[in-house]
Amino acid sequence: MKQIYVGLTGNEAVATAFKQARPHVAPAFPITPQTEMMHKFADFVADGAVDTEMILVESEHSAMSAAIGSAATGARTFTATSSAGFALMWEVIYVAASLRLPICMPVVNRALSGNINIHNDHSDAMGGRDAGWIQMWCENTQEAYDHALMCWRIAEHKDVRLPVMINYDGFIISHTAESLHILPDEDAWKFIGPKDLKTGYSLLDMDHPITVGPLDLTDYYFEHKVSQIEALKRAPKYIAEVYKEFGQLTGRHYSFFEEYRTDDADLVIVALGSTAGTAKDVIDAQREKGVKVGLLKIHMFRPFPAVELAKALSKAKVVGVMDKSASFGGWGGPLFNEIRSALYDLPARPKIHNWVYGLGGRDTDTKQIVSLIEQLQAIAKGREAETVNLLGVRL
Amino acid sequence: MAVVNLQTLSKNEDLLSGGHRACAGCTGSNILRQIMLTAGRDTVVGGATGCMEVVTTIFPYTAWKTPFIHSAFENCAATVSGAETAYRALKKRGELPVPREKINFVAFGGDGGTYDIGLQSLSGAMERGHNMLYVCYDNEAYMNTGIQRSGATPFGAHTSTAPAGKVKQGKDRHRKDLTKIMVAHNIPYVAQTTPFHWKDLQMKVRKALDVDGPAFINILMPCTVGWGFDPALGMELSKMATDCNFWPLFEVENGEYKLTYKPKADRTPIEEWLKTQVRFKHLFKPGNEHLIVEIQRWVDDEQRKLLKLCGED
Repeated sequence: MKQIYVGLTGNEAVATAFKQARPHVAPAFPITPQTEMMHKFADFVADGAVDTEMILVESEHSAMSAAIGSAATGARTFTATSSAGFALMWEVIYVAASLRLPICMPVVNRALSGNINIHNDHSDAMGGRDAGWIQMWCENTQEAYDHALMCWRIAEHKDVRLPVMINYDGFIISHTAESLHILPDEDAWKFIGPKDLKTGYSLLDMDHPITVGPLDLTDYYFEHKVSQIEALKRAPKYIAEVYKEFGQLTGRHYSFFEEYRTDDADLVIVALGSTAGTAKDVIDAQREKGVKVGLLKIHMFRPFPAVELAKALSKAKVVGVMDKSASFGGWGGPLFNEIRSALYDLPARPKIHNWVYGLGGRDTDTKQIVSLIEQLQAIAKGREAETVNLLGVRL
Repeated sequence: MAVVNLQTLSKNEDLLSGGHRACAGCTGSNILRQIMLTAGRDTVVGGATGCMEVVTTIFPYTAWKTPFIHSAFENCAATVSGAETAYRALKKRGELPVPREKINFVAFGGDGGTYDIGLQSLSGAMERGHNMLYVCYDNEAYMNTGIQRSGATPFGAHTSTAPAGKVKQGKDRHRKDLTKIMVAHNIPYVAQTTPFHWKDLQMKVRKALDVDGPAFINILMPCTVGWGFDPALGMELSKMATDCNFWPLFEVENGEYKLTYKPKADRTPIEEWLKTQVRFKHLFKPGNEHLIVEIQRWVDDEQRKLLKLCGED
């Protein structure tokens, strides 16, 4: 298949992918840095490139609520958000997952207030990690575009039927133009395909009326939660299938996590999002100097691939987990906690330390990653170190 | 427009089945049944969290014979606006699960879910022009959570969060005028009614569903538990609320106000209305006479303003 080589920002690339998915309905409310994604999509609608009905709501809470009403009919539905907007819709993101609605939503990651800050960290999406959504994380514009194509196949799979969040870093990815390969519209459509409106329930099946979202108390609620847990457990199988098919189609092969120069690595950095790109450059330079360091970048954070990760990290001596969000009063960041827990049952565990970094968009440059690697080296040599550390902050 | 009479109405299908869990004497389920008699089977209903949602849908049961959706408390209008938009989007592409030229979209919420927490969502949906009817069943407090004060609670009423006590005498503010707030949205149809005035209610629901665009109806819903009256008296209280001008019946079509029930010149004094309910009992204690005077003043003022708007002054 011939792909098109273009220069787009992350927001433009995701809007392009969503146009190619031909959604029926898109509720939208503006919040920086998600805004441009919806501007671009609105341009597509205004120019007749896609006939999606946009609902220009008065808040993010209503954006997700309208998405719920729309998706309950069977209509292919997306919205997008960031930061405080995500926090405002928090109540209803749980409802979307509980009703098993395959809504897709980019979360253009941004710090939470207060104080108000428009720049990137991961505290918004981390606040929704237990909401029952599938969470995918992207390193760059290409990955954001690719996941914005693949998310429909995952969300709408009849054995999954769960909403999918696509995370990409605010400004760093959303507003930075990068060159990437996109699919021609017809090939993208061939891959995504139309929404299956025949199987499952529709609020608009007037001949078979259903009640959606009833009161659900002590006698059934727990079982319904288990069915959600089971759906998330089933998801990796289908995510792997979609990744495989997409790889065959485009030559871009994804997995639950990417291992970069980890084969013989004593030291492994674990990270999400754009920081992985910076880390790869530093790792290349360190490798030149003979430092055996690698990177493990997670694409699929929910469901969390604990068993696979434990296996991948089992040979490392020291693992440094980078968290771009703080868990106030907690014992390290959310990614650290998951990784550490996943590694606990290994017969011989690597040492696992945490670095909280980049809060509120604090630039994470190569020097910070070098310093992190130096600390990992020292720990490998037996130096005592704090379990939870900070990176790139004035103390 | 179809003529509303008992003969035709009695032949319409009852789309809210019995066996739901509403209290004895609840006028809310009666309101829903009346709406559905006119709306008919091709209607998607959305409910805000509240009494009527809770009593009609407890898993694995539902009282709804039409499609029904509930998602949360403050977002019923937004949720239904999503379904209504999806209907148009699917219809446009010829992808409806079953073909229908018209489907009614009816959202409802109590006064808590409408005057208060759901006001933003309602305002947004009305401003956007969705083809939907929003019905507020107004029982003048948060009844589902235990009779707490809302923006619809009338002056002087005892509630669990603004109780009558040794130094306070219930709610110290008059209710906000939600119906007028909805009129200010310049939507094609806004009305107020009660379940007692069945003909008025049916006519208003019919008009609301026939307009092209959003419509809003505010329906007074006497609550036997929250107001404190004999469960047999709900309909009588609906009537009395209108006769004393506490809840006038009117409609606003494309901005034009019209009274749909003209109360007698010698309107029932407000005491007669207040007397019927335990929530106002403390107003009759010696020393509280001025509170009843204040309620009467407010009712008369509001009525005068309404008559002027209706060209009846």
